[in-house]
Amino acid sequence: MRKKSPGKVRLLQGNEAVVEGALAAGCRFFAGYPITPASEISEILSIRLPRIGGTFIQMEDEIASMGAVIGASLAGVKSMTATSGPGFSLMQENLGYACIAEVPCVVVNVMRGGPSTGLPTHPSQGDVMQARWGTHGDHPVIVLAVSSVKDCFDITVKAFNLSEAFRVPVIILSDEVVAHTRESFALPEALPVIDRPKPNMPPEWYIPYADNSRGVPPMAAFGEGYRYHVTGLIHDVRGFPTERADEIDPFMKRLFRKITQGFEEIILSDSYMTEDADVCVIAYGSVARSARRAVVEARAKGLKAGMLQLITLFPFPRHVVEEVLAGCRAVIVPEMNMGQISREVKRVNSTDCRVVKHNRIDGGLITPGEILGRILEIK
Amino acid sequence: MPEEITKLIHKYLRHDKKFPHVWCPGCGNGIVLGSLIRAIDKIGLSKDDIVMASGIGCSGRMPVYVDFNTLHTTHGRALTFATGIKLAKPSLNVITVMGDGDATAIGGNHFIHAARRNLDLTAIIINNQIYGMTGGQFSPTTPYGSVATTSTWGHIEHAFSIADLAVTAGAAFVARGTVYHVQMLDEVIEKAIRKRGFAVVEVMSNCHVQFGRRNQMGDPVTMLKWFKESAVPAEKAAGMGHDEMKGRFTIGILADEEKPVYTEQYGKIRERAVAAAAEELKK
Amino acid sequence: MSGRRYEVRLSGSGGQGIIMAAILLAEGAAVYGGKQVAQTQSYGPEARGGASKAEVVISNEPIDYPKALVPDLLLAMNQASCDLYSKDIKREGIIIIDSTNVGQPPPGRTIAIPFTGIARREIGKEFAANMVALGAVSCLCPEVTEGAVEAALMARVPPGTRTLNLKAFKTGVKEARKIDTAKLRHRYHGEEAEV
Repeated sequence: MRKKSPGKVRLLQGNEAVVEGALAAGCRFFAGYPITPASEISEILSIRLPRIGGTFIQMEDEIASMGAVIGASLAGVKSMTATSGPGFSLMQENLGYACIAEVPCVVVNVMRGGPSTGLPTHPSQGDVMQARWGTHGDHPVIVLAVSSVKDCFDITVKAFNLSEAFRVPVIILSDEVVAHTRESFALPEALPVIDRPKPNMPPEWYIPYADNSRGVPPMAAFGEGYRYHVTGLIHDVRGFPTERADEIDPFMKRLFRKITQGFEEIILSDSYMTEDADVCVIAYGSVARSARRAVVEARAKGLKAGMLQLITLFPFPRHVVEEVLAGCRAVIVPEMNMGQISREVKRVNSTDCRVVKHNRIDGGLITPGEILGRILEIK
Repeated sequence: MPEEITKLIHKYLRHDKKFPHVWCPGCGNGIVLGSLIRAIDKIGLSKDDIVMASGIGCSGRMPVYVDFNTLHTTHGRALTFATGIKLAKPSLNVITVMGDGDATAIGGNHFIHAARRNLDLTAIIINNQIYGMTGGQFSPTTPYGSVATTSTWGHIEHAFSIADLAVTAGAAFVARGTVYHVQMLDEVIEKAIRKRGFAVVEVMSNCHVQFGRRNQMGDPVTMLKWFKESAVPAEKAAGMGHDEMKGRFTIGILADEEKPVYTEQYGKIRERAVAAAAEELKK
Repeated sequence: MSGRRYEVRLSGSGGQGIIMAAILLAEGAAVYGGKQVAQTQSYGPEARGGASKAEVVISNEPIDYPKALVPDLLLAMNQASCDLYSKDIKREGIIIIDSTNVGQPPPGRTIAIPFTGIARREIGKEFAANMVALGAVSCLCPEVTEGAVEAALMARVPPGTRTLNLKAFKTGVKEARKIDTAKLRHRYHGEEAEV
């Protein structure tokens, strides 16, 4: 076993950095099912978690994995699972449960080509809309996209923090390239770690789903004396099933409000040379790295190109996108799908800025050359 | 005596829950809940240390009425949530309550793997041989030849024996009871909760509304009589032939084995791993 | 971001230890050499035979696109990978082939060392060919030192096979030192190659 001391530079894979981030954020429970290209996360956590008093379990499928993750979180332990497209499809059922019962948890989806078994060992960004809308019913969710080993660490920590702060499942979208690329990385010394709000009133005063100014009720763990009911049915403030419109409406509205109120904390993005840019690339995940390279090469040719990297994909960061749209003649949205985030960009575009798609679905990572070609076409 | 029983039950019911409950008059679910509460009271477990988790269906509504840590999960998944809870906090007594469709159709995979894995969980499966809440469609335990709303021409599938399935899958403790044999039910549920390891109690229960009505047993009394006449104690069944047992079922304890419990075994792995980590730190 | 990149592509058939060699090269450059690296691989069922590749991009600055764009150095451990991956090598770049397995090497700036033969004869284990090759690559790659890669090897390889792997590595370094890269034949490229 190599030393895991902070500060020391190590060569890490994206999947390994996810593990380091999760452990640094306080994750102490993992349930999963083997799947390429996410399996390293399971394998490493099966070794690491018991060393720090945590728990790893391999379940019979991804439905069960998601159930176990929610159960552990209800018992007060920060929990996560990791999968790829086919497993992510199976998780949708219980992901919805985590949304309605407001159970913090993190789900990593290392995207591979789909649909169905698809391209198990090649990257894709085909699950963006599934991450947003995969489970049935209207629901808010947070989706973050990672592009590098450093991201895998930082954003996993952030995912746990947001999940705990807002009591909402957070989905991390990685992809095969990010997951398996090894890069030098030094673990930071200390990190801000957020824990879920806990009740500070006596059990008999505890109303588990009562609203407050943040819209996030304190969450008691099972076994702490606050005996309450958790259900996937729409419930009243006590957690009991209700069919009364005057109880349904405020409950559902609160679920959305807690996210919209938190935009400042939730929206993450990175701008590169956008200040004076008249053509911008809007990218996320591994494609953002190709985009950055393309911008470097375009600038070398004297073109005013820039890049907006979206880290938070949902809630859609419309304000940062609108800013770029307002300042550019055209934006290019390269994606390893047929156009999922480009739809969102078009949806929020109220300017006459052109939105140009660049799509690749052959299992290959979009290259800097492809994006540069699009930039050159614009002028 | 009945007054005392009622008092005991009330000690465990939620006072802030809006009653009445969702179950039909005469439903066997109430009898099972009564047995569960008497068993828990007899063992003397603290309400704070009990988690009751259920799936979806009529049985799924049981937790909401009782004053424990309660969890109404998704259809068929109660055992998966229970697994997470038990592993995260092994000191909790986790009891799952499922229906026949819940546990052995949509949740069948989770059920056999939970039995194989042998976590320290209790699984009560209320077998009313029908999907009651959705309107009487056939379930994996609906008897061959009977009528359900999705087998109005006569049911041509063969029924699972849930208890036998549990034994085969490796459950440490398996018992079958009925809502007619209540004293025995109290006893086996108590034993199941006390058992270290995965303990299953299949309870034959009456859904006279959705199952009985379509199969010449339209009231609870007729159905309870059917249980009384068809149930054969395990000791007696051992001496009976296949033909003699036709149309009947065994009740009592069907398996009770000592085998390594996952929760305890994982605790040992944790100790070894923590020690190894400390050793490396010293170096 | 726009810093110079040095791109290494290691290729061969599945089971030849290409990815392990790439990891050690990357770890040497990053952990023991202070460089920024990005190490990627073709990862799939084809890794079980035919041509598979692993790449290491080395730079003094953060690396954007993580895969090789125009490799500076190619290692080809078999004919299939040599055929597939040698076409986009940089004009000044070098190709190192395992001459035990590659009978038809591309002309120009190509170095031939019989890695598999050396491993068989001098190490006694054919599977150590990847470490012999890694020694040669470490020697011929200007962005890492042999010492840094050796340190990575010592840290990552299990104690049981450390001596064997180290011997293989050093043999590779020794073989590569015999090469005078100034004497490599010119590779005709682009317009130069027009007839």
